[in-house]
Order: sequence, then structure tokens, then C-alpha cells
Amino acid sequence: MAQLIKNNAVAVDTWKTLELAEGETPEAVALPEGDIIFPFAVWQARKAEIISRYKRIGLLLQPDEPVEEIAVDLDYFIVVALNFPKFVDGRAYSSASLLRQRYHYQGELRAVGDVLHDQLFFMQRVGFDSYALKDGKNAVYALEAGFSSFSDSYQTSTSQAQPHFRRRA
Amino acid sequence: MYKYDAIDRQLVTERVEQFRDQVSRWQSGELTGDEFRPLRLQNGLYVQRHAPMLRVAVPYAMMNTAQLRKLAFVARTYDKGYGHFTTRHNMQFNWPKIEDCPDILAHLAEVEMHAIQTSGNCIRNVTTDQFAGVAADEIIDPRPLAEILRQWSTFHPEFAFLPRKFKIAISGTKEDRAVTWFHDIGLQLQVLNGEIGFRVIVGGGLGRTPIRGQIVREFLPWQHILTYCEAILRVYNRQGRRDNAYKARIKILVQALGVEEFAKQVEAEWAHLKDGPATLTQAEYDRITAHFSAPAYERADDIELPSEKAFARWVHRSTHPHKVAGYTAVTLSLKQHGIAPGDITADQMDLVADLADRYSFGELRISHEQNIILADVKQSELYAVWQAAKAGGLATPNVGLLTGIICCPGGDFCDLANAKSIPIANAIQARFDNLDYLFDIGEIDLNISGCMNACGHHHVGHIGVLGVDKNDSEFYQVTLGGRQGNEAKLGKVIGPSFSADEMPDVVEKIIKVYLENRHPDERFLDTFDRIGIDPFKNRAYEGRAHGKAKAAQKEAA
Ligand code: SF4
Repeated sequence: MAQLIKNNAVAVDTWKTLELAEGETPEAVALPEGDIIFPFAVWQARKAEIISRYKRIGLLLQPDEPVEEIAVDLDYFIVVALNFPKFVDGRAYSSASLLRQRYHYQGELRAVGDVLHDQLFFMQRVGFDSYALKDGKNAVYALEAGFSSFSDSYQTSTSQAQPHFRRRA
Repeated sequence: MYKYDAIDRQLVTERVEQFRDQVSRWQSGELTGDEFRPLRLQNGLYVQRHAPMLRVAVPYAMMNTAQLRKLAFVARTYDKGYGHFTTRHNMQFNWPKIEDCPDILAHLAEVEMHAIQTSGNCIRNVTTDQFAGVAADEIIDPRPLAEILRQWSTFHPEFAFLPRKFKIAISGTKEDRAVTWFHDIGLQLQVLNGEIGFRVIVGGGLGRTPIRGQIVREFLPWQHILTYCEAILRVYNRQGRRDNAYKARIKILVQALGVEEFAKQVEAEWAHLKDGPATLTQAEYDRITAHFSAPAYERADDIELPSEKAFARWVHRSTHPHKVAGYTAVTLSLKQHGIAPGDITADQMDLVADLADRYSFGELRISHEQNIILADVKQSELYAVWQAAKAGGLATPNVGLLTGIICCPGGDFCDLANAKSIPIANAIQARFDNLDYLFDIGEIDLNISGCMNACGHHHVGHIGVLGVDKNDSEFYQVTLGGRQGNEAKLGKVIGPSFSADEMPDVVEKIIKVYLENRHPDERFLDTFDRIGIDPFKNRAYEGRAHGKAKAAQKEAA
């Protein structure tokens, strides 16, 4: 199990991600009880049903699923999880930047998948605020060192809207 | 040149500590090899044929003498006493130990140097013209904007894991010396109606699929450089291919979408970013530009130089027009015959540092031709510089000539190589060791790469040599007619590849065809353009069985 890092601590994850078993389709899959993170395809196919049945809704986006397509739905989500199939796949950094900066998504933005210590600093900067650190990795050390690799940054980002050159005394 | 301030120093120092921590977590097994690999690459650390290789950045080619002396110290202390300058403003050390690298980086940080993003699938070291700031044909000094781009690209959180590497070049002269047509982004500074801006070229590149870049925007005012680059990078980061490393460069995306569609998407993205906080301010531009103010030139006139033949030859090949009267830019050749092109010993580094301190305001540059430039030498001191450089093996008068070869490390060092490249360069240098002959042949660029990654820029050599692997042995494919500059063009393959032994003969035959056919005042390239590739091709393969004849020979055997 991945270890959830949130609010500067290791947290208990109350969310379950709906996974489609072999042969199941987004249209027909049974929707379980609880706090569920729905894959984008299920959300697309069952939006009305999900909205009526669930008070708390989560969404999972793969890196090739454009954030533009859920821009109008963002108010429904308590959690949006962006998947990193491999940590070297950097598309979700752009997805996160867009969700936060262009579509002003305010809910929890969670990094899931191949989430490792050495990417946490970048993830935080583009706007993630929870991190499902990969199983077997040292969450305590990640909390201690992973978010503070650098004390400042040159560029604009979600976490710092002003570039360094506009913050000079 | 640019001096670090508090944030620059802090980030570089923090990077050293971050890397030290990563190395130790890798050593303890906490980071797997696969997890560590992209991290060490983004710090310029490769694991090569014999040993690790550390690539240190020389941002936009500028160095001061404290930095060069520090490189000499690193070469002596952690390596075998020498380093290698690449075609992209880097110095490579071929023999450091991985566990020493954090210390090496700490030493480098003391003199404001680093290895940040010198490799990996991220925005690489920004490159420019080695004569920036002094060239007589300069419109605008590109270095302040290169520094601004360096800062912006350093640890950019959104673009640290791109589909593939990403290289930006910027030039500010009439004659493009930064190969801007063959970079992921090429920026050509221009002035339009009194306003400074860029022509933006995207999707060029050498390597496996060499493509000349295309113009995405004819004119972009300078204030928008960062937001526009962000827009380009975002389109690329989201849509560049990640299923096949050979098709992952932005050039493939631009080709797939077509440049109009690509430009449309960039403009649409930019519409959101334009005039946002990342828009450059005049204050920032001025702050950075102040670092590149001209040194305290003395009032001097252009002078008549001594006519001694050897000196005159060196002056002819090694000096470049300077915008200040009485001064000249001097190229110190790292192409001594028989030495790996671009290699420099620690003692030579110290010597160059001494020369730069004494004669060129304590600064130097490196060129993508793998030479060193002392940019501000008084003409009256040229003779003294020549004598000292000559004593140090740095005054071979072959800059721009046949033996001033651009050459990648190739199979002797590089893991990706198909074939060795240094011995080919040395064999050609040995064949053309006669200076009179070399001068008679005149200006010609011969570039060698050990594989299609094209680190030796073979595609844009007038004569290009590419190492290929045929049935597990090393062969060389020859191209002709490539060129850099405003009319940049890729060379054409002349035919089947040659063995290493054949290469000096092949080059000699090509040169003979030129000498026999040239009109007075024609350079190699002029003759080539006039008579076409066939005479060269015919001569190169003369007496060599191929096609039908080869098949017949085989049958007979
Ligand atoms: S061109 Fe190929 S062999 Fe030469 S340095 Fe580059 S990757 Fe290595």
C-alpha cells in the first residue's frame, strides 16, 4: 500500500480507487459504497448517477486524459488524483499546473502511482497537496527532506505566483 | 560576466547537498538504479564505458579564470589530469568516481559552477555564440537573455521530466554561430522598428532524425521570452511522444502536427500566459545586463602586426574581428594534431587562465567547435599571447581548417557509440600534417560523430563523418555539403560506408577533387555547390568494388 502524505504528516487514506477488473466496462461496473476515486471513463459514462449517489466524489486522471475535459466538473470533486505511471512521465506536472492555475481547482490534488521522494519538491510546486508515496519508501524521511530540497525558486508556479525577479527587494 | 547573488549561490549549494543525499540513498539501496539514473543524469553524471563521466555546465560559454583553475584542480585531484570540452558548452571529466562527485560539485559551487541539467530529459544548458558581446557583427548581446533563460530553466518544476532532452540556443549576430536552426528552440535576436525581440524557431535538431527547425513566430518582443517558452514547453510536455525515445524530441511533434498547427497550439497556450507575472521587466533585464558590461578597454588603434610567417598564419586563423578598435578575439585551438579534439590538460587550463588574467580581463569562452576564446586581447599583445600559447600546445593554426576537427568522444569513452571517432580525427590530422598544404586547402569544417546522436555535429560539417555499426564492426559514413550559419544545411550521404583504414584516403580524394576543380577564391563549399556531389562520389569510390561489381566479386570468391 502506498503511504499517504498530507498536511505534513503521514495520513490515513479514506479513499478507495475504483479499478475495473478484466471484462468490466465503465458503463456496467458496480459502484461501491464509500469515498471513491472514479477513473475518468467511469465519470464520463456515469456522471449523473455518481452525482446523485455520492456526497464525496474523487476523480482519477491518467496523463493522457486532458484536464480541459473536466474543467467544468471541478466543483464536484473533493479529490483529483493524477497518476504517474512512471516517475519519469512528467505530463501530470502540466495537468496539475493547469488545474490549479487556469481552472482554479481548490480541492485536494493527489499524486498517485510512481510517486517518489525526489519528485515531491516539484509536485508541491505545481500544486499537489497530497502524495501517495510508493510502497516501501521512507515516508518519514520524505517528510523531513523531500519538500525542502530548495529554499526558493526562480520561476512562477502554483505555489509561488511571482517569479523571483519580481520579489527582489 | 554574470556574478551569482544570494539566491543563485543558495540554489547551487542546496543542489550539492541534495545530490549528496541522493548518492548516499542510492548506495544504501534505498534508491534503485532505475530511480537514481534520471537523478544523476540531471546532475550530468553518466556511467560510461570505463568509468562514470561528469558533465559540467559552462552556461552560454562564459568562464572566468577562477573557474578554469578550479576545473584544473578537479582534473588533477579527481580525474587523470585532463578534461574534454564538448560541442555544447560543457566540460566533461571521464574518470571521476561516483562517490567523489558530490565533493567535486561542492568545489565547483565555490566558483559558481554546477552540473545542473547537463543531461537527462529536461531543459539543458542554454548555448550561444562564443563571440557574444565582442563580435563586430553583433546586433544585441544575447548573454543577458541567456542568463535569464538559465535561471528560468533551472529546476523548472513543470518541465523536469520531459519526453526527451530539450536544448535552447540563442544568437544575436548577423551570422548565426549558435546553430539556432538545429535546436529544440532557436532564438535569433533582432530589432524591429526599434524594438528588441526574437525570431522563434522550433523543432530543429541533429541526431538520428536531423531536421532544420521551423519558424513558429517571426517576431516576439523580448519581455515575453519566458512565457512563450513556457507555452512551447507545455505543448511539448503534454503531447510529445513518450512511447519511443527515438521519436520523443519536439521536432517529431512539430513534424507530426505540422508547424502551423503546432504554432496555433503554442499561441493558444501563450494567450493564457502572456502578460502574466513571468513577463520580464525592464528592471530585471537591466540588472542582468549590468553584469555583462564591457571591460575597461584601453584606447588603442588597429595595428600592423609582425610579418613572421608562422605568427601571421596563426593570426589569420585564430583571430576574429572585435567591435573595439585595437582589440581582437583570439581562438586557442584545442585541435593539436594527435590529441583528442577538445581535450585540455590541467596544465593547459592553468596556462589559459594565466593568459586570460594577463591579456583578456580574466575571462574566456569556449566554442561549440571545442576551442577556447580569449575575447578581448589587445592587438599589440597578440605576439606575446601567441608565443605563450604555442609553448603550451594551444596555437595550432588550424581553426576553421581541415584538421580543426569537431569530434565527439566516440567509442573510446562513450557507451552509445557505434564506432571510435578520436582515432579517425587523429589519422586525418596525421595525413594533413603539412601546414602549407592545409592552408592551401583553406576553410573547411570536418565534423565527426561516433553515432547518430551527432554530438560531433557531423550533419553540418562540410565533410561529415558518422560512425556506424555494420555486422559488429566499425564503419564510417561520409556526408558532404553540410553547413552551419544562416544557410544551415544538412550534408548529403555520398554512398556506402568506409572502414577506418580507408578514411584518410577518402578525405584526401575528396580534397583532391576540390583542388582540381576550384576556381580562384573558391572555398571547398563554393566548389562543392558549383560542381555537385557526383565528382566527389565518383572519386571516393574509384577502384572500390560496389554494387554489381561487388556482387560479382563475391560470386567469384
Ligand atoms: S555522437 Fe554518439 S558516440 Fe559520440 S559522444 Fe554522442 S552519443 Fe557518444
